[in-house]
Amino acid sequence: MAAPAIELVGIDKSFGAVHANRNIALTVEKGTIHGIVGENGAGKSTLMSILYGFYHPDAGEIRIDGRSVQMRSPQDAIAAGIGMVHQHFMLVEPFTVLENVMLGSEGGALLRQGIRNARATLEAIARDFGLFVDPDAVVGSLPVGLQQRVEILKALYRGAETLILDEPTGVLTPAEADQLFDVLRQLRAQGKTVVLITHKLREIMAVTNRVSVMRRGEMVATMPTAEAAPERLAELMVGRRVLLRAEKETVVPGRPLLGARDLALEDERGVTLLSGITFEVRAGEIVGIAGVAGNGQSELMEVIAGMRPATGGALFLDGREIDLTGGCDAAAMRRIGLAHVPEDRHRTGLVMPFEECDNAILGYHRDPRYGSGWLMDRRAVEAKANQEIAQYDIRPPDCRLPAANFSGGNQQKIVLGRELERDPAVLVVGQPTRGVDIGAIEFIHRRLLDMRAAGKAILLVSVELDEIRALSDRILVMCGGRIVGERTPAASETELGLLMAGADRAAA
Amino acid sequence: MSADTRSSPPPAAGAAPRAVRIPPWAEYGLIPLVNVTAAFLVAGLVVLFIGESPLAAVKLLLWGALGFGEGIGFTLFYATNFIFTGLAVAVAFHAGLFNIGGEGQAYVGGLGVALVALALDRIAPWWVVFPAATAAAALFGAAWAFIPGWLQVRRGSHVVITTIMFNFIASAMMVWLLVDHLMPAGSMQPETRTFAASAALPKLGGLFALLGLDVGGAPVNLSLFLALACALFVYVLVWRTKLGYEIRTVGLNPAAAVYAGISITRIAVVSMMLSGALAGMMAVNPVLGDQQRLQIDFVGGAGFVGIAVALMGRGHPVGIVLSAILFGMLYQGGAELAFDMPAVSRDMIVVIQGLVILFAGALEHLFRPGIARLLALGSAALRRRAGAPGKAV
Repeated sequence: MAAPAIELVGIDKSFGAVHANRNIALTVEKGTIHGIVGENGAGKSTLMSILYGFYHPDAGEIRIDGRSVQMRSPQDAIAAGIGMVHQHFMLVEPFTVLENVMLGSEGGALLRQGIRNARATLEAIARDFGLFVDPDAVVGSLPVGLQQRVEILKALYRGAETLILDEPTGVLTPAEADQLFDVLRQLRAQGKTVVLITHKLREIMAVTNRVSVMRRGEMVATMPTAEAAPERLAELMVGRRVLLRAEKETVVPGRPLLGARDLALEDERGVTLLSGITFEVRAGEIVGIAGVAGNGQSELMEVIAGMRPATGGALFLDGREIDLTGGCDAAAMRRIGLAHVPEDRHRTGLVMPFEECDNAILGYHRDPRYGSGWLMDRRAVEAKANQEIAQYDIRPPDCRLPAANFSGGNQQKIVLGRELERDPAVLVVGQPTRGVDIGAIEFIHRRLLDMRAAGKAILLVSVELDEIRALSDRILVMCGGRIVGERTPAASETELGLLMAGADRAAA
Repeated sequence: MSADTRSSPPPAAGAAPRAVRIPPWAEYGLIPLVNVTAAFLVAGLVVLFIGESPLAAVKLLLWGALGFGEGIGFTLFYATNFIFTGLAVAVAFHAGLFNIGGEGQAYVGGLGVALVALALDRIAPWWVVFPAATAAAALFGAAWAFIPGWLQVRRGSHVVITTIMFNFIASAMMVWLLVDHLMPAGSMQPETRTFAASAALPKLGGLFALLGLDVGGAPVNLSLFLALACALFVYVLVWRTKLGYEIRTVGLNPAAAVYAGISITRIAVVSMMLSGALAGMMAVNPVLGDQQRLQIDFVGGAGFVGIAVALMGRGHPVGIVLSAILFGMLYQGGAELAFDMPAVSRDMIVVIQGLVILFAGALEHLFRPGIARLLALGSAALRRRAGAPGKAV
């Protein structure tokens, strides 16, 4: 039997106090698709970053085709025949497919010859693997699925024998994901090796030969996919029987607190992002919004929170109609009792260089409690921050530490504490547990259910179907900027999945 | 270079390496000091290259700046200018805007000072003219900065470009005003008439005499205290007010500012106007405090020095006051140096300034990682000795 395509021995990596990878061993056989599953923060991405030369391991050895290799930079990895398709594409959007593919290997100062060679190579690759993309199309104008294909082409163009895909389906519709899996099978048939990183068990079962499970920085199991059952994998991932259903009290929904009628949004170029969004959230109710990322959920949250004006429709807060098409802003929405936990705490929810206490008042800094006039009452700010630190067990308990120095879970707690502890009537929550460890997930779910029991109206947006089904009283499914259906949490994953893919695709 | 190496590593969820933190004393004290030292070492090489002794040059420069009363007086006079312009750059910088139009804003501020002084100098004493002229300077400077700020938020014209352009417009406009309108009839000098002596700001000679220092004819005047008051004002504004909180939020994370309901448009315009007002007030020092008239090109590059001062002072008023004094020393000591060591011309001083800007601004991170590592090693060793566990971050 040939030497394994990749062999990792005793890989160890720490970031300060965080032990991201602990004595990892992994063997990936040639010509197979090898899945790596694990929760967010289990160390999958770190491990792959080590394999791709972004990080240097503290200890351990990397063997490619049986030979020990030092990965000091991605160039070393490329030279060793490893290609990586990142979760966030690394493409130059205004460039054409051809220009993107040859970027970094132009071959000489003048482009003419390089372009000719690249075009020929690209055609050969397209033929061999069935990866057809118009080489002269501008990347920015391609749909996400094709952009991902360009990333794969880029790796193959550089002579990759092993392809690492990091959470490749997060941005894809189920149909696009299926196409991707066809491509991966084709690659395998041609003798390439694929490492597929994901936390979705369905994908593992669909396409891989072998699967490895990571948990809290450790490799806890590797087995042939044929012998793995989803329940068993889930248990290995989490480390105990998985009961993602938090105890839900019976709450009789009250009057509608949040309502939307025909909300619509177009961007500057006139592309429709949202249309005909109508729904209602009652007091004591959690309404979940399910959908493949990028189908308007983010925009919907931004519009409701007053971060960007809608182009049509109306919003109702506790019966009051609010015009979102003009002068409304996020500060005004907060004042009338709408709290917003944004999807992306790094980008929008926190100011990373700010101290924890400054972050604890972001958006509420004009509140007279923090100083009646122009001046800010630092003592009041720190007192409030310390109160939330105690209540939410934010660690380390130091309100003068910059937000950047907290872990992901604690950063999320800073945001949650800020938004939940002001007794809002309506709560809009996006991806509440993204990148958060299990202990924090349970805590966050508990807090949301407490808010529900306290009679708040909660709109929950998440790409995790499990989370949506565990917490919601009703589920709205979004696709292409519209609400395409409403289901109860009892609806099966397949049923929701079909809706998420869009009614027309489901019919096909 | 391949596309892959230019991009940063993907954020490993929950395990991304944290930003290196440096204690404030190192951030605001040690690093600027190391940067300046590096700039002076390179400048020393240049002096060596033109065949003079760097040590002798440094000695002359220091003596010229601090060695005698009048030298100190001039150093502080120049420093006053740089405090104003440095603060101006810093305020805009905190909002994420690079205002390099301090030169023009100060120039136009001078027009405000002159108009008030010309109108009031014969009927009112200095303590009436001073606040009125200061207000006019601030107003004119703010108005001149408002236009680029407004163009930025409404039209997306980059302030770096527009503020540079506005320096030229200010320059041309002032020449026209001085030559065609403000110059007294029959004069050949493109400048206003001299203000009445009663409108002149008190010099600080008397005050320094109490400290036993004779500043001679040095023009250091009451504006120095105005500058220090502005430094205090900027500190309170940026770190102690709600407006300052919003300015810093916009500067550090515009997306979070939108989320928090902060109007980026408003903050950008307000910050530019505050910045312009501070730059404009610089004109009080030379126009009302020294020359007693509005002269052509009276700003003399102080607006640009403000950029270096703000960078070196790391945007903090205390740092800005200190680096303004350093640049005041360079200006005054450099003049003496050029006088006593003819091979070293005033242009050398510009070279040193350029080097300081290079090391304190463009190469700001040259020594930072090394210092951070040294400090981390040091504190780890200390912690080990104290037997305390490392703080988990």
